[in-house]
Amino acid sequence: MVTADIDNILNRHSGAGRDHLIPILQEVQEAEGYISPRAVAKIAEFLNLPASKIYGVATFYNQFRFHPKGRFHFMVCRGTACHVKGSQKVLDELTKQLKLEPGQTSRDRLFSLEVVACMGACGLAPVVSVNGEFYAKVTPRKLMEIIQECRQKEVVDV
Amino acid sequence: MITLTVDGRTVEAKNGEMILSVLRREGIHVPTLCHMDGLPPSGACRMCVVEVEGSPTLTPSCSFPVSEGMKIKTATPRVLEARRTIVKLLLANHPDDCLYCNSNGHCDLQKLAQDLGIRERVYRGPRRVQEMDMSSPAIVRDPGKCILCGRCVRMCEEIQSVAAIDFIGRGSRAKIGTAFDGGLNVSSCVNCGQCINVCPTGALSERCYIDEVIQALNDPEKMVVVQHAPSVSVSLAEEFGLPAGKDVDGQMVAALRRLGFDRVFDTSFSADLTIMEEGSELVHRVKTGGTLPMMTSCSPGWIKFIETFYPQLLPNVSTCKSPQQMLGALIKSFFAEREGVDPANIVSVSIMPCTAKKFECARPEMARNHVPDVDYVLTTRELGRLLHQFGVDVNALEPSPADTPFGERSSAGKIFGATGGVMEAAIRSAHYLITGKELDDLKIQPLRGLKGCKELHIEIDGLKLGAAVVSGLGNARKLLDEVVAGRNDLQFIEIMTCPGGCINGGGQPKNVDPEAVQARLKALYKIDRDAPLRTSHSNPWIQRLYKEYLGEPLGEKSHHLLHTHYTMRNIPMAQG
Repeated sequence: MVTADIDNILNRHSGAGRDHLIPILQEVQEAEGYISPRAVAKIAEFLNLPASKIYGVATFYNQFRFHPKGRFHFMVCRGTACHVKGSQKVLDELTKQLKLEPGQTSRDRLFSLEVVACMGACGLAPVVSVNGEFYAKVTPRKLMEIIQECRQKEVVDV
Repeated sequence: MITLTVDGRTVEAKNGEMILSVLRREGIHVPTLCHMDGLPPSGACRMCVVEVEGSPTLTPSCSFPVSEGMKIKTATPRVLEARRTIVKLLLANHPDDCLYCNSNGHCDLQKLAQDLGIRERVYRGPRRVQEMDMSSPAIVRDPGKCILCGRCVRMCEEIQSVAAIDFIGRGSRAKIGTAFDGGLNVSSCVNCGQCINVCPTGALSERCYIDEVIQALNDPEKMVVVQHAPSVSVSLAEEFGLPAGKDVDGQMVAALRRLGFDRVFDTSFSADLTIMEEGSELVHRVKTGGTLPMMTSCSPGWIKFIETFYPQLLPNVSTCKSPQQMLGALIKSFFAEREGVDPANIVSVSIMPCTAKKFECARPEMARNHVPDVDYVLTTRELGRLLHQFGVDVNALEPSPADTPFGERSSAGKIFGATGGVMEAAIRSAHYLITGKELDDLKIQPLRGLKGCKELHIEIDGLKLGAAVVSGLGNARKLLDEVVAGRNDLQFIEIMTCPGGCINGGGQPKNVDPEAVQARLKALYKIDRDAPLRTSHSNPWIQRLYKEYLGEPLGEKSHHLLHTHYTMRNIPMAQG
């Protein structure tokens, strides 16, 4: 169960102070895929910190997300090379197509969108990855195909 | 002592003192945005920079200590240019809507732009569209006007220990908000409004009910009555440019009549009533082995605080309603019957130094038959604005007394407006209730002054009474922790949400210096010193009210009208 995961993580940090906040957040995200309000409440109680503070710290870092990942998790690279090769257009198109802002997940939990700084594949710029699979030299047209592909996969799976 | 040179003059300073405090003492006004008196400097805004000889960069005076022989220049072209640039950058993504802003004329940023002579928008930054948070019945947040100085965050966390808000995000996306950026209404916010008082711009303000009140005043079907809190008469003058601490009680009553209120009552009257009920409750608890220490219940921010953070101590809180709600209940019961008016046709308005009162009057248990006891709460600031709108100059009016039957008060009820006032009034009456005699000296010095924690241990006729007075929720938290840990030498605790009590409430005039609060305090003490009637139990109208209507303190009618209950607030986001 989800809650048991958080309890296990907190048990591993028993007696910890506020300096354990970030490791705890990382482990919670690792286990649950995101930082839920419930998790923040539990961590707040455990570390005796205000929930607003924990949310404040977590939002300072790009690595934490606050919505569960979708079945298809899109990562758009906004590193220098991808930027030069037009990744802003790719991101704009993707936000439009998926009707999502970076960090959000669609209501049906099918898609989620994240912006990353560099994926280390600058030769393939602009790069988009879906669930870890890389798509090179992405254009708005190619994006439509990728999204279509995802939707089809979903149908086949059902 | 060390000596240093400021703008060519030799100046003395204490070792370890920050440059800023020396400059202020010397009458040099250095602008600040993030600085808060009494808290460690955060050094974030850089408005207070000065030139220190030998230093290659400008020095933030708020966070740099003085040293022997230091040579400081406070207004060189380089310093002024740095300050101007900061303001220009702050204005780069600021909505240029000063004319429509609730802080127009009270805004630090506006004043800085004016003082520094900024006449055009030099930098243009993309403006983010940010939604206002209108979720709270007391406080409105407009993040678009926020300059991220962090004063509200520090007030909420370091002074009030509520920590409902914090910085969210980073860089150009940084903003201030609650956990998960939800509304204030679902956060641990206690509605105290201290954040409003420290906000340099219009990003924080009270939820305004002026329009609703004007509508009620112009409705011929409605009888509109108003009550005003003890501390309003000593602070309202500041909204009219008069010196702090000027008592305008009589003129304010006259002004409220000019506005069209059918009756003007004094909340200090129901403060006297609170003393009768609360004093009797304390004596009852002590004699019957009830839950002790008993804690006061007048301050609605504190009530939400204990409901949220220390629900296990709720049995300690007096069941008495606050003076506002007691009077509200009497207006729509006793008064309505007396006047032969349907309570639903009475609009009950209260003028409070407080934003949490707006929340309190909307609590479901503060209504009977779906008719709220108090309909609208206006802060001192809102009353000032309403009077300006109606063109009523408080200063030009002849004083007039408040209306019967809730117009006469003792000065014990009046000092409710300052920290320690409830306790002082309670001890005056408790002494009488227990011994049948008045105190020799009605002034109880250890309970006076603006200190955050005060204690008094006295013996009345063999009955030992340990009393503690705290103001500011951070101080309250410390004391509550002691009580939870088993401290048992206290029987009665007065807690006020705002540091210094209602005279420094979240609805009082903004942007005032600490001396203004001190002046309001002195004004209350002066009223008490000169008053003919100084104890709640000797108020003839209180005695009449019990005789004609309520019966006795803690009696059945009192229980029904003047007492309440509390609810544990399960706010998962609240942790201290």
